[in-house]
Amino acid sequence: MATVEVTFTPLPAHVRTARLVATAVARRSGVAEALLDEVRLAVGEACSRAVEAHRRHCPAEPVRIELTDLGSRFEVVVTDAAPPDIGSDGGFSPVMDTAAVAAANGGSAPFRPVPAETRDGTFPAAFGLAVISGLADDVQVSSTDAGLSVRMSWPAGPSGT
Amino acid sequence: MPRGSSRTQGPPDQMARAGRRDDGCMALEDFVELKLGHHTQDGIEVVDVEGEIDVYTAPRLRELLIDLVNKNNYNLVVNMERVEFLDSTGLGVLVGGLKRVRAYDGSLDLVCTQERILKIFRITGLTKVFGIHDTVDEAIAARKAEK
Repeated sequence: MATVEVTFTPLPAHVRTARLVATAVARRSGVAEALLDEVRLAVGEACSRAVEAHRRHCPAEPVRIELTDLGSRFEVVVTDAAPPDIGSDGGFSPVMDTAAVAAANGGSAPFRPVPAETRDGTFPAAFGLAVISGLADDVQVSSTDAGLSVRMSWPAGPSGT
Repeated sequence: MPRGSSRTQGPPDQMARAGRRDDGCMALEDFVELKLGHHTQDGIEVVDVEGEIDVYTAPRLRELLIDLVNKNNYNLVVNMERVEFLDSTGLGVLVGGLKRVRAYDGSLDLVCTQERILKIFRITGLTKVFGIHDTVDEAIAARKAEK
């Protein structure tokens, strides 16, 4: 069972709240102060990607975040309920090979990137996953028919009182 | 250093500075999300950004950059010294701005010394794309030297 679970409607404004909650729980779980910025950024990236996917496919469904104190590690799982995006890749120009990133981290299926138009026509939302892979030392991206799950963790010390 | 007029934009609630509750704790809704301003300095438009640039606020920065380019400002310096958070959405907006000014043979330089912000530029390799300077004056001087 997660230490803290959060679900929120897929609105960009709520991503900030998710970041703040994740950072607070990470601190409480004993994640080093030096790593908290990484947690905040990685959770923000994962939630931003999920919000964009939900807004396109299932705006009524909430995005779910599970924050778990595992003792020696702090784990975050961001799960969306959007189906894999199989639209035309005509506008997609990958900055990084996120499928390779996912595979390298044990992802169960290749990640299908979403189109770039929501990001100023420059970066696909998948870019956020590539950023996450540069922030968390343990990242797993798994895609199923039910949606995409981003699991990431950081080392944690003894929990606070 | 002579400066032109200074302008800010954004709804009043988002322009508000961080406040404190009576108990001394910061309320979530009290934090500055994004505050934007711009002024002309030595013929270059300086964009001052304060707060968090994320999926929620980045569209406002994008609109400002587009507006400045549409008003024939092709040499921009984005001062990020007071930016507290930047994600890939914000990076996309900055790269989009760079593409726009380059279409007019212009430039977009950044001012940033915060390690937490610089880190995301390094992770993504964008330190090779943007000129990143320690101060606005240094950014302007470097741009002038290239002209």
